[in-house]
Amino acid sequence: MNRFLLPLGAFIVLVIFLWIGLTLNPREVPSPLINKIAPTFRLPQLHDAAKTIGPEDLRGKVWLLNVWASWCVTCRQEHPLLVELERQKLVPIYGLNYKDNRDDGLALLKNSGDPYTLSAYDREGNVGIDWGVYGVPETFVIDKSGLIRHKFIGALTPELIQNKLIPLVKELNGA
Amino acid sequence: MHNRFLFLVLLLLMPLAHADQAVIKKDDPVLEKRVMDLSAHLRCLVCQNQTIADSNAELAVDLKNQVREKLQQGQSEQEILDYMVKRYGEFVLFSPLVKSTTWLLWFGPLLLLVVGIGVLFVILRQRRKMMQQAPALSTDDHARAASLLSGKRGGEQS
Repeated sequence: MNRFLLPLGAFIVLVIFLWIGLTLNPREVPSPLINKIAPTFRLPQLHDAAKTIGPEDLRGKVWLLNVWASWCVTCRQEHPLLVELERQKLVPIYGLNYKDNRDDGLALLKNSGDPYTLSAYDREGNVGIDWGVYGVPETFVIDKSGLIRHKFIGALTPELIQNKLIPLVKELNGA
Repeated sequence: MHNRFLFLVLLLLMPLAHADQAVIKKDDPVLEKRVMDLSAHLRCLVCQNQTIADSNAELAVDLKNQVREKLQQGQSEQEILDYMVKRYGEFVLFSPLVKSTTWLLWFGPLLLLVVGIGVLFVILRQRRKMMQQAPALSTDDHARAASLLSGKRGGEQS
């Protein structure tokens, strides 16, 4: 009896580990930038190339940075949710138009609504790399002191917005 | 027939859809070698089991361009690796760092080998002990064994 117990035990442990492994998402690499000062940049605005925008302009308020592009299918799926979120006036959403064609980006905003207070235009994607972006869309939550507090990788969902994003924004605004 | 032709044309055009991916400016072979050597240490986060040196995904090409730019600015290999880790986390390093949380990862196989050899050793010793403890054969047993081996069945049912 005893001689079967050990292999059986080892097998059960293995199954538990594999089971846990199935529930993890290897695509979600935790960002080392969480609770760090948001990397600075100075980029032209999407709507007006003559004006620039950078994280310093937004010190003192809680804001979202949504990395998006017109070529990104998932961003288009996420877009109506952002428009809806913007209507609630809970938090300003800033866009980082990532490796996009200016006209394509503007056309998308014109056709599907513009949830962004402003969009920065990152033609080369260098700011994206600086922020550790590897799969658009990504959404960063930045607090009043300019720290990145959370990063959503991939498209937001109504559940994520309701259960995670809005409570976090409220908490950060309250503090 | 018409459809089949269209399908063929589309099939032939398929490579073109990816043609814009591998645009890399190469002019300085020495620099290019340094870029590729360093890129071989960086994981492509889009295609996670490839290094950015092996990958032509858009992000990998961008990261290689960043590496090239930073080398041109005179940054050292270590500085660039540090920059990438700060941005993307340690996962971006293709071979994990050796530290307390990765000891099991690095030395686990060795540990398994040691345990395996240990178990083998114990089992072999037990077996030898069992052989020694087995009762010695009497002269009758020897006679019976000899007759069995020679093919006569005399000793069988005595």
